Amino acid sequence: MMTFTEYAGSFQKTAVSFWHGLSITMSHLFRRPMTVQYPDRTPLPVRDMLPPRYRGFLEVDTAICTGCQACERACPIACIQITLEKDPANPKQRLVTQFDIDEAKCMFCGLCVEPCPTGSIQHTREFEGSVANIRNLVFRWSDPVKPFPVYRVEKGAEYFARAPLGSLVRARLEAARWNAAAVEYLPPEPPAPAVAPVPAAAPAPPTPTNPETK
Amino acid sequence: MATTPKRPPLSPRAVVLITLIVGVALPGALFALILVLSAATKPLVVEALIRKFAEVDPATWPYTTLVSWGSVVVLALILLTFGAVISGMTVWWEMRVSARMQSRIGYNRAGAAGFFQWIADAVKLLFKEDLIPAEADRMLFRVAPYFVMTGFALTFVALPFGESLIAADLNVGIFYLVSVTALVVVGILLAGWSSNSKWALFGGMRSAAQVVSYEIPAGLATMVPILMAGTLSMQGIVRAQGAWPWQWFVFTNPAATVAFAVFFIAQLAEGNRTPFDLPEAESELVAGYLSEYSGFRFAIYFLVEFGNLWVMGAIAATLFLGGWQIPGVGPEVYAAAKGAGALPAPGWWGLQALSMVVMVVKTLVVLNLIVWVRWTLPRIRIDQMMTLCWKYLVPVAFVTFVFTLLWQVLVARQPALSTISGWVMFAGFVVVTLLFARQTRANIAAAGDHVDMTNW
Repeated sequence: MMTFTEYAGSFQKTAVSFWHGLSITMSHLFRRPMTVQYPDRTPLPVRDMLPPRYRGFLEVDTAICTGCQACERACPIACIQITLEKDPANPKQRLVTQFDIDEAKCMFCGLCVEPCPTGSIQHTREFEGSVANIRNLVFRWSDPVKPFPVYRVEKGAEYFARAPLGSLVRARLEAARWNAAAVEYLPPEPPAPAVAPVPAAAPAPPTPTNPETK
Repeated sequence: MATTPKRPPLSPRAVVLITLIVGVALPGALFALILVLSAATKPLVVEALIRKFAEVDPATWPYTTLVSWGSVVVLALILLTFGAVISGMTVWWEMRVSARMQSRIGYNRAGAAGFFQWIADAVKLLFKEDLIPAEADRMLFRVAPYFVMTGFALTFVALPFGESLIAADLNVGIFYLVSVTALVVVGILLAGWSSNSKWALFGGMRSAAQVVSYEIPAGLATMVPILMAGTLSMQGIVRAQGAWPWQWFVFTNPAATVAFAVFFIAQLAEGNRTPFDLPEAESELVAGYLSEYSGFRFAIYFLVEFGNLWVMGAIAATLFLGGWQIPGVGPEVYAAAKGAGALPAPGWWGLQALSMVVMVVKTLVVLNLIVWVRWTLPRIRIDQMMTLCWKYLVPVAFVTFVFTLLWQVLVARQPALSTISGWVMFAGFVVVTLLFARQTRANIAAAGDHVDMTNW
């Protein structure tokens, strides 16, 4: 049973909760909302508003990469693939013919950055990588056609000049269309002779291409 | 990622301009049409117009009936369109306000301040697939939205817009309104039953329990202004009140202030508005009686739900807040402005437009109050809903009813009582408002913030 005091008290409680509740919602009407209007109405690009140690896409400065493969070994999920070959012109020089980082697989743990002797591989603050074809998220830092030579560290060197962090990744992201067709992993074949067209002569591994992007 | 080149967007100034033009012209044109048509569809005015423009005797002219019926049909269509447009604009406004109350921005993409979003939403809804569940009672499922729509549309017959601006000033106006709004429950109940879904059925049953229960306190609270005015006619109730706030029914009788609160709460419950949105209860019942509806049928429920805000506001403004009364303009001023002829003089139209503005402003104030309450209070439990109705609102409404009976006897002997009450209650209202503003400022300061309307 409800006593009369309780009954009358519930009126008071109602009035008080209305009073404070309405006042609080009203106070928000006159305050600036805290929404960040990503992506197109921010004071700065969002990557520049992130903390400096944000772990975004990996970037490799090939000018100071020693080809030591420490990052490849450190990667817990094997999203880094590096191949080294001898330079046919100069047997003493080794070339990095493949340096692929699959950013779609990468879990941004930062373990590859730790062992790098020159600071060539680094996390950037780039993160906007939505693409229509997930294979386009494989960043190929070495061109198989034009491989880069490994960097030789001079004795006692402690500082390695590096391209501005993020500039290389950004250049690649801006160069690619978001809905580009999937990358081919082998260089294109030279044009076949006009006679006797071979229909099934596609040497590249079959890559699923999105018909919408054609 | 690089984006493909796009069409250059309109300059912000052009967007604001287009939005303003549409946002003002659309309701403005509808209000103007209502203003002209609701006055011009009266039989005497129609006859005078026929005499003036067709230059024939309306008594013998064969098309008189056709013209008068045609004008009524046009007025009905305009009122329906008005209901739909105002409902859409209310959606936009409510979303904007609710966003601010939650420190968000809300609609801001389609047009300035996202104003065209309600049109986009409506168009999207019209293009959705019209789905009827396989196990549903097809006939009832199809019919239910029409009940809801009819209940909503019929209210506009007796809603006053201004001194002479009412589709039909029924002598049982408020009684009529209470009865036709009850039709909405039938539609909701049908929707809940015919969907053949447990969520919809729960929603429908809750709705029946809730709306039918709350009609009792609403009806009893409505009796207070009826007793004070001595009439059921909407225009009669407005005419019985004064124009200044201290002459409104809500202040001239202490019981009417309480009755207004009871009426307001009961209206929230009847309109299924939060904190009484148990029939829909997104978090419990998916969407309650709406769960199985899509496309146009869903759009009708949506339209009615938001259009009801206007109806609720207009009824509350009529019963308690002095309706369309303009300060300092009594019935004799209207009569003088009308002139002796059958067709009213231009000054009279100006007065009508002014009275319409007053009515619209009061309606919008109540509408905003409803929106504000919705985004403040959480949904109550079903047992709390029933407790509130039967243990609190109904007894309180009875007390206000009996008190008003005594009050009217007292006022008949001592008319000054009503004036004194008006002044005291109005002064109290002003004090409470100021205290509330102070509390709000204190809340802003307590959050370490300041008043900043730059991004409204």
